[in-house]
Amino acid sequence: MAVLVVAEHNNSELNAATLNAVTAAIQIDSDVDVLVAGEGCTSVVEQAATIDDVRRVLHTDAAIYANGLAENLADLVVSLAEGYSHLLTAATTTGKNVMPRVSALLDVAQISDIIGVESTDTFVRPVYAGNIIATVQSTDDIKAITVRTTAFEAAKTTGGAATIEVVSEASNLELSTFVGEELTKSDRPELAAADIIVSGGRGVGSSENFSIIEALADKLGAAVGASRAAVDAGYMPNDYQVGQTGKVVAPTVYIAVGISGAIQHLAGMKDSKVIVAINKDEEAPIFGVADYGLVGDLFKEVPAMVDALDG
Amino acid sequence: MKILVAVKRAIDYNVKARPKADGSDVDLANVKMSMNPFDEIAVEEAIRLQEAGVASETVAVSIGPKQCQETLRTAMAMGIDRGILVSSDDEVQPLAVAKLLKFVVEKEQPELVIVGKQAIDDDSNQVGQMLSALLGWSQGTFACGVELGGSGNLTVRREIDGGIQTLDLKMPAVITTDLRLNEPRYVKLPNIMKAKKKPLDVIEAGETGVDIKPRLVTVKVTEPPVRDGGVKVEDVNELIEKLRNEAKVI
Repeated sequence: MAVLVVAEHNNSELNAATLNAVTAAIQIDSDVDVLVAGEGCTSVVEQAATIDDVRRVLHTDAAIYANGLAENLADLVVSLAEGYSHLLTAATTTGKNVMPRVSALLDVAQISDIIGVESTDTFVRPVYAGNIIATVQSTDDIKAITVRTTAFEAAKTTGGAATIEVVSEASNLELSTFVGEELTKSDRPELAAADIIVSGGRGVGSSENFSIIEALADKLGAAVGASRAAVDAGYMPNDYQVGQTGKVVAPTVYIAVGISGAIQHLAGMKDSKVIVAINKDEEAPIFGVADYGLVGDLFKEVPAMVDALDG
Repeated sequence: MKILVAVKRAIDYNVKARPKADGSDVDLANVKMSMNPFDEIAVEEAIRLQEAGVASETVAVSIGPKQCQETLRTAMAMGIDRGILVSSDDEVQPLAVAKLLKFVVEKEQPELVIVGKQAIDDDSNQVGQMLSALLGWSQGTFACGVELGGSGNLTVRREIDGGIQTLDLKMPAVITTDLRLNEPRYVKLPNIMKAKKKPLDVIEAGETGVDIKPRLVTVKVTEPPVRDGGVKVEDVNELIEKLRNEAKVI
């Protein structure tokens, strides 16, 4: 049997999350194909073909896949599912949107957000905001899976020599129409791919005060994140949210500023290599996971850190 | 327009889940249970659409043991018109939930179904998408804005990884809620009393003809590896020194 990985892309670039999903796929079976469905996405197909150990890249080019809308894309995946034992995609907002639809149409359970592959039918996944790690075994013939990207290394793109195969489009269901996208424009690195992240919590106090966090992030070449409390309070947009209900990140350094360390936030960042906490409450749970803790007023300490990094 | 919302009785947001001593499952004995927070947002959105004159009737459905009636009463105390319990004492996994919801949709004929994007217990994030697929409807997941347009289509703003995406959905549709869609109202005491008088129907899951046998077997559950706390530093200079020379990460 073989594994089909549904690639995520914007028609010009392959999203790096797909490389993590490919690594999970290779742990399941050595025959791994990648589906690139989009419009005018030849460059993505070429990038996908360079991924090490990928057997084939399936390429579908049609206007109905231009924006990866769930209804049509799910139907396409279902039309290609025969011959595959596993269907995988990264657990991004795109993957989470599409794969459950595929599962339902195939009448199989989905295994969400896997962090480990035990065997071809048994997988490890976090539940209860990461407080419980469950090992689950699927009894279905086809396993539909989303992959937590931080749990798997990115596949290399150095020696791949996949064959490219054009596959025909499925029908247009005409259920939803793409209207537009407002993407956050930033010169800073993307949260999911950043080496260093500086995150602010409710302690930051306001949207304006986030400039303090941003100044430190810029000094370190870091991405900016926020806790759910800070997003709830309206300080930052939701796509900055780190946590079980936002993004799960695992940078080299995670600096939590004014974040108490609620369970659901820790679930989103505790796999970071080095965690730094700056908080005025020395009893804050965040210090329980921080490698380096600084008890102090963030409005004094963070600007001081920016100054000290200058020196 | 009739709106159906699905509400799950789940572990309370403030409770930390722990495995049973034998590691067979999560220990939920004597644990406080509440409505899944994302489902509260779904309930609030349905009520707001009714208050805005867009919806004529709102119905909440819950699937699970008889205690789910409390969850339905909470939804009705918030303002939902009536409740339906699909009663089952067995584990009902997302695919089976979607199939049971499809059964209720075919009976109730709503034009819009609103569900939370994920439950905070199994963190599956599946039911809305699965239901939409089984019905052959459009879907608007992770919604932060829902508006009925003049054409009769639904404009949905969605939280995506890089920002916000806007879609135009053909009705009927399934919406899943994200955090910023709205802020659910608090339940007022008189409304709790009123909710007790609202209709609540019970359907036995076993009598629906839907196959709800679990497809995933839980082999074991464990606690995640504990991360050891580190050291406290005196000031930012010591912090930077440690990050540079000890951890060697900046």
